Amino acid sequence: MTGQEWKFTTKDIAEKPELFRSGHRACAGCGPATVLRLIMKATRGPTIVTEATGCMEVVSSIYPYTSWGVPWLHTAFETAASNASGIEAALKVMKRKGRLKQEHVDVIAFAGDGGTYDIGIQALSGAVERGHDFLFVLYDNEAYMNTGIQRSGGTPHGAATTTSPAGKAVPGKLEYKKPIADIMVAHDMPYVATASPYYWKDMLTKVRKGLEVEGPAFLHVFAPCPRGWRSNPAKSIEYSKLAVETCVFPVWESVDGQCGLSTPSKLVALAPQKKKPVSDYLRGQGRFRHMFKPENKMLLEEVQRITDERWERVLKKCGETSKAA
Amino acid sequence: MQSLAKQKMVALSGDEAVAYAAKQSDVDVVAAYPITPQTIIVEKFSEYVADGEVETEFVCVESEHSAMAASLSASVAGARAFTATASAGLALMHEMLFVTSGCRAPVVMAVANRALSAPINIHGDHSDSMAQRDSGWVQLYAENAQEAYDSIIQAFRIAENADVLLPVMVGLDGFTLSHTLENVETLMDADVKEFIGTRQFSKVLTHEGKTVPFRLDPDNPMTLGPLALQNYYFEFKRQQEEAMKNALGVIQQVNSEYAKVSGRNYGDGLVEAYRLEDAEVAAICLGSTAGTMKTVVDGLRQEGVKAGLLRLRTFRPLPVEAIRSALANVKAVAVMDRCMSFGGNGGPVFHEVRHLLYDVDKRPFVVNYIYGLGGRDTSPTELRSIYENLQAILQTGRVEMPIQYLGLRG
Repeated sequence: MTGQEWKFTTKDIAEKPELFRSGHRACAGCGPATVLRLIMKATRGPTIVTEATGCMEVVSSIYPYTSWGVPWLHTAFETAASNASGIEAALKVMKRKGRLKQEHVDVIAFAGDGGTYDIGIQALSGAVERGHDFLFVLYDNEAYMNTGIQRSGGTPHGAATTTSPAGKAVPGKLEYKKPIADIMVAHDMPYVATASPYYWKDMLTKVRKGLEVEGPAFLHVFAPCPRGWRSNPAKSIEYSKLAVETCVFPVWESVDGQCGLSTPSKLVALAPQKKKPVSDYLRGQGRFRHMFKPENKMLLEEVQRITDERWERVLKKCGETSKAA
Repeated sequence: MQSLAKQKMVALSGDEAVAYAAKQSDVDVVAAYPITPQTIIVEKFSEYVADGEVETEFVCVESEHSAMAASLSASVAGARAFTATASAGLALMHEMLFVTSGCRAPVVMAVANRALSAPINIHGDHSDSMAQRDSGWVQLYAENAQEAYDSIIQAFRIAENADVLLPVMVGLDGFTLSHTLENVETLMDADVKEFIGTRQFSKVLTHEGKTVPFRLDPDNPMTLGPLALQNYYFEFKRQQEEAMKNALGVIQQVNSEYAKVSGRNYGDGLVEAYRLEDAEVAAICLGSTAGTMKTVVDGLRQEGVKAGLLRLRTFRPLPVEAIRSALANVKAVAVMDRCMSFGGNGGPVFHEVRHLLYDVDKRPFVVNYIYGLGGRDTSPTELRSIYENLQAILQTGRVEMPIQYLGLRG
């Protein structure tokens, strides 16, 4: 692993060609669009991208226009990983038979939380088990935003969506966010990481590591959606910082099964007194508004409790001693 | 006339014949998931891989849905892709079948035709592939293992033809063909390779005015499978229909070119007329039933009955003109459906054949026989009764029961 060798300075990034180009139809303040644009800056050579049905697919490929500066394939909602499998198999055999012009071609699959946690998990699990050499990037905006903000397996506890509305009897989503990155680690795959676009150098380094590793790599990226979160479009990146500072979304990586905290979360681990309360992150997001009503105080406490519990688990798996109060 | 290529007779089941044809077709990627009665195809192909007899990348996927997604993506990435399935597996692929044809990916697939659940049944009928008849795939149905072998080889030529560029499925009846040993004449590897050739790519025009190959190529980035809305979607679909029309001619051309190499042809590639020239009564069927039917026709002919048979080898695209012309002098036609179209007033082949006969000058009587569901055996005696009924219709000038079930209990 040579990830530390890349600098990914602001200058480097600015100078790299745009492979996810402007003109797409994403909303103002779209987290996923920023994530994709940055991630494509971390590619290392010829790359083929395949994408699940979802916001980013829809906004970037409205015929006859395209935002993509690389070969790009979309087929269906649940097929990001199976498409990557087919593309990778084709590249492998064409290389073997001397029909590949390039020395090597990287394969990246992008999918949202619906295309990863839910409808796409079977194909993803299968592709990872088979060991295809590709990077799967989950851009997690925590609901089916493209179809109008319906809850997914990635929607956090308490969040109001159009299929888990905060009503008089049920206060938003009752179930908890599926620990997708842990599920991927349990596949014994070579590389799994979580990242947040506020810490973009960390994110890009992880993209590059994921591409360089032999075999499958999984990157879970936090991607705020102002439209679905009912949040200020100007604050998407701020939320992606707060999510890490409150430990709602710790950033870490697992290399060959060895887990370690990444710097932004490591800093929180080293100075637990600086760990912010989840309310700092939840406040201002319309999807959590109901949680701040006095009668829903329990809900807020529950989210804090789960967040603390999951943070403890992350610390433990990353070999950190808990310093939590 | 050029001399025929040297061939080797091998005892193969239909599934083995398909696997052997795929091997000889030098496929780059096979992505498949096992399902009875297709299993022998993937098992056999796995053996070729394990023994190093092929250079193919075999992707042992976790579902048929992924099998089709991977075949499609491998195909657009530049590989020659092959897969095989049956029944529930084909049903699970349903979504991806449309995407594959819509992406114009020339994937070839064998379908070991089998009944659909429920109740679950592993035996042969055409419910699986008939349910996919509008998925934009070319559909060929084989009469025997020999034809299954020949059709797989031909399918690559048809699918990859620049005027077609559509996926092709080759149906072979579950167990009756898939698991039954037959003597199959096989071509030499080199002759198959020469017949199919290396995969060619259509040329498309980019925004910048460059002409580039139609595939995912990092040197010429292309966005494939985009979102096309009210302003463009319709044109994409219309082009697929045009490709289907083109396939009619290409299937015939490939059939005759293959005959020059192998000595075997299947009618004109679209339909096979059997003793139809002066026939007054005729049946139409697909697949292995035609074999039995030919024997029945021979028997009737000996008795002086002017009986004939039309076998639809190609069901998609529907060979409208070929069927009309083959039936031009027939007075009563029985259309055989090994499939139900629930609530649809007859089976799918019946619907289509009767519809295309609406515009002919001398419209024959047309009746429907639904038969053989879930592998129900269909005896020569039962098949003979169809012709007897057609004769009765001609005598009385009346159709008592337009839709009948052959060999059904009670």
